[in-house]
Amino acid sequence: MTEPATNRSFVRLSGVGHRYDPTPGVPPAVTGIDLDIRRHEFVAVVGPSGCGKSTLLRMISGLLTPSEGEVSVFGMPVTGPRDDVGIVFQKPTLLPWLTVRKNVLFPLKHKFGRYGRDDEKRADELLAMAGLESFANKMPDELSGGMQQRVGIVRALLLNPDILLMDEPFSALDAMTREQIGFDLLKIWEENPKTVLFITHSIAEAVLLADRVLVMSKRPGTVLEVLDVDIPRPRTAHTISEPRFGQLTERLRKHIYEPDAA
Amino acid sequence: MSLTLPEGRTRASLLMAAPWLFFLALILLWELVCQVFSLPEYVLPAPTAIVDAFFKVEMSRWFTHLWATLRVALMGFAVSILVAIPIAIAMMRSEFLSRTLYPLLVVIQSTPVVAVAPLIIVLMGSDDPSRVLITCLLTFFPLVVSTATGINETPEELVELSRSLDAPLRRETWQIRIPYAIPHIFSGLRVAITLAIIGAVVAEFVAAEEGLGYFIQFSTSFFRIPQAFAGLFFLAVVSLLLFKSVQWTQQLFFPWSLPRKAR
Repeated sequence: MTEPATNRSFVRLSGVGHRYDPTPGVPPAVTGIDLDIRRHEFVAVVGPSGCGKSTLLRMISGLLTPSEGEVSVFGMPVTGPRDDVGIVFQKPTLLPWLTVRKNVLFPLKHKFGRYGRDDEKRADELLAMAGLESFANKMPDELSGGMQQRVGIVRALLLNPDILLMDEPFSALDAMTREQIGFDLLKIWEENPKTVLFITHSIAEAVLLADRVLVMSKRPGTVLEVLDVDIPRPRTAHTISEPRFGQLTERLRKHIYEPDAA
Repeated sequence: MSLTLPEGRTRASLLMAAPWLFFLALILLWELVCQVFSLPEYVLPAPTAIVDAFFKVEMSRWFTHLWATLRVALMGFAVSILVAIPIAIAMMRSEFLSRTLYPLLVVIQSTPVVAVAPLIIVLMGSDDPSRVLITCLLTFFPLVVSTATGINETPEELVELSRSLDAPLRRETWQIRIPYAIPHIFSGLRVAITLAIIGAVVAEFVAAEEGLGYFIQFSTSFFRIPQAFAGLFFLAVVSLLLFKSVQWTQQLFFPWSLPRKAR
């Protein structure tokens, strides 16, 4: 079925799967994933450890070629690393020998070997948006874990990607920082709309942030359910106490704790 | 009795002074033992006798010997940096190279240099090049291993970041992998600089007519034991200073590669 690429299926996964070990009998890491992500949609992925969430993310980024099915972005099949994708990793992975500003500019320096005045201005604007303007000339180890991860997000936004892939970006942070940085991310996303794929272990985080939550089964990873989060935006700390939030997290929990019931 | 230190500034200055005080106490004890038991000089000379012997040797002679040892040690050190780091990078780039070279490196490393040194002198003559080679044989391996370790310990995410940007491989090497290896390279350099002095002395023991190693050997064979000790201490101080210079270089040019306390 080939439908014309629209904003309704900006990122399309059709029957996507991957096996790292081609030995017969070894189950694939992920298999048979069908998903259409709208432009500027925020999709969260939850699932048990080892269910292939990161594999899914790597296939969308082009770092990993699916062994079955196809990933396409705006109708074009993904065949290799693409520069309209920004990646935020579990750890901030900043370069310890560069200042915060130079870390943000690193993708340009790395891809093209240089950057100009305008780029520096853009880096400063992005840093200001993340509330980090006064840390531009600091070294990464002078920043707290939460700030370092915000620098990681800003770095991923530098090349103004259409797609932002986030691989459990807040899992190394403490609970308080984690909640705060989630709201910061929403603010950044509302100001610079991106198509976001957000992998997380936290059901509450997924419901709080996303438009849709994709629930994956344990290995081999398949889609158990795609849940629409019909809670209006902007989402705030109050969202958590709304009854609808409780209902949705409850529904997702069922998948994790009683995989056969749902 | 417990060894608890007072808090605050006193504690800090005591901690600073502790190694020096301990060293001083050892020397005093040594002097005392020599005086009380009136040990003959050729068994164990007293520290005062050693200092005496040090100043009896002309300064210009000290410098001749120092320069001979330092020259060989530093040349060997420099040559192994120039060879080891590119080899480590090449080995990281190519599995074929790393599989081919690594066993050879291990064989070289596990062959006692003292045993090979005479053969090298026979093969290449008793000039600087053969001494530098002997030094290199000692310093080379730790440098290759530490550089390769550092390069391989680059976080996988950064390699993925580089790949996702579709950047050329040389930038991945120069902008990510080599800087990441700097702390490891420096721990290799600290080991290598002290080994360089050892290598230079080993080479002098085999064949030389100047150098601190030669000076110690020559003094011992003429039973000038205090003078031999003076040479030994001089050598130890030089070695320590070189070790410290590697640390200072790291502090000066790569402060980020050190834990915050050590900058």
